[in-house]
Amino acid sequence: MLFYFFGALAVVASLLVIAQRNPVYSVLLLILSFGALSGLYVLLDAPFVAAIQIIVYAGAIMVLFLFVVMLLNAPHEETDYDERTHPMLRPGPMRFGAVLALALIAELAWALARSGTPNTFSSTPVTSVAAIGRSLFTDYAFQFEVTSVLILVAMVGAVVMARREDRPGAKR
Amino acid sequence: MLDFLSTNSFLIAQVGILVVIWIGLQLSAAVMVYAERKVAAYLQQRVGPTRVGYAGLLQPIADVVKLLLKEELRPAAADPFLFYLAPIISATAAFAAFAVVPFGGSTTLLGLLTEPLPLHVADVNVAVLVVFAITSMGVYGIVLAGWSSNSKYSLLGGLRSSAQMISYELSYGMALAAVLVLANSMSLRDIVNAQSGSLFGIPQFRWFLFLQPIGFLIFFTAGIAETNRAPFDFPEAEQELVAGYHTEYSSMSFGLFFLAEYINMVTVSAVATDLYLGGWWLPLVPESWGWLAFLAKISVLLFFYIWMRWSLPRYRYDQLMAFGWKVLLPVSVLNLIVTAAGVLYFGL
Repeated sequence: MLFYFFGALAVVASLLVIAQRNPVYSVLLLILSFGALSGLYVLLDAPFVAAIQIIVYAGAIMVLFLFVVMLLNAPHEETDYDERTHPMLRPGPMRFGAVLALALIAELAWALARSGTPNTFSSTPVTSVAAIGRSLFTDYAFQFEVTSVLILVAMVGAVVMARREDRPGAKR
Repeated sequence: MLDFLSTNSFLIAQVGILVVIWIGLQLSAAVMVYAERKVAAYLQQRVGPTRVGYAGLLQPIADVVKLLLKEELRPAAADPFLFYLAPIISATAAFAAFAVVPFGGSTTLLGLLTEPLPLHVADVNVAVLVVFAITSMGVYGIVLAGWSSNSKYSLLGGLRSSAQMISYELSYGMALAAVLVLANSMSLRDIVNAQSGSLFGIPQFRWFLFLQPIGFLIFFTAGIAETNRAPFDFPEAEQELVAGYHTEYSSMSFGLFFLAEYINMVTVSAVATDLYLGGWWLPLVPESWGWLAFLAKISVLLFFYIWMRWSLPRYRYDQLMAFGWKVLLPVSVLNLIVTAAGVLYFGL
């Protein structure tokens, strides 16, 4: 019962994120969606993951998002032009994006069609932090390390792109 | 009737705890307002409120009545939905965080109950993280208030608040992590009970304050920054930003922000007491009376909060950021590493 509530909330909120004209509302709906996901984790007997979800995504990352949106004071998106034409008929990047979106939908449909009934969970829920840590650093050590390298690369990339090289004497 | 009472006494007591916490938190805000004004007055060689009630004790009630009777104003250019949502988020987060904070050992309420009742609303096994998560939600109230008011002072206050929260949350979390390593648990009740051992030959005195003095300093400093209190009260900074994020608020929606600020202080003090000051454990005080010890410890921390506010000038904004990122964060990471090494090699 609660599963359907949180599930529906997450899906509806996520859909509304892209339907908003105002970026601040988009950010808020995304937070709501994360909150609903966190509720799902609680239902799955994983309170640790639920709390981390709120702290990391809703609490830290989204605050930064909101900070940037507010700092740029992004105006309402220009939509007069977008609404009249079909995505496939618009110039350059949009057309490319539409192709990618179609590809994503096809992939998702393919994945859904191929996956059978989802695996049932083992009867002992992984609630203890020690168990999560152990499985993260033994069974999933490779995935864990690869992900951290990916994040490191992203971070280095962000620093490189944000740096201004044309002002040698400027303060960082 | 009596039969019903005796069979369900445990349930009734638990609902009672809920009500007591709910009312207690609001009362604590009132007491804090009074204490703040009195302490401030004495620090400045004044006497503070004296007119309403005995020694001005009813002053907070007069203040609330004044707030409630004021006109509710909203700027024409504000975003109406978010403008009214923001104070609600602030107050809700402030109240909700206390739900997982245990404030006393088990007690039978002087023999009224057949089995001992643990004093908390909910015992979650990741309580520390839940408090952390809920407080990190509270910042949205301030940020949204700043944005939705559509005023430059409010916006600046909201921006400062989000930057400040992000910066100090890291050190806050790192200081927490060191305690978790020491206690080997994430449940606040377990952490408090881990501090009931003896230290220096005194029983019930193994407070983490003595094992984690630096951690406590970091936690409390970051806590002051998280609750936007002086000397870290940048989101409101009266001299620069009029009143910061709540410039445009009046009447009870301002009251909610006010309430949230004081309740947040109580929550941070309560969590700090649970984590570092041995919770309800105090030498010579039996467990059933531990909640009084708990109350006393919170009061000391709250007094410290007020004392800080009226003694220290506000930092500069760049000093705040430099301090958070270049001092507090490295020290807290070092503290965590040293603690972990200590636990691993010496089994503290």
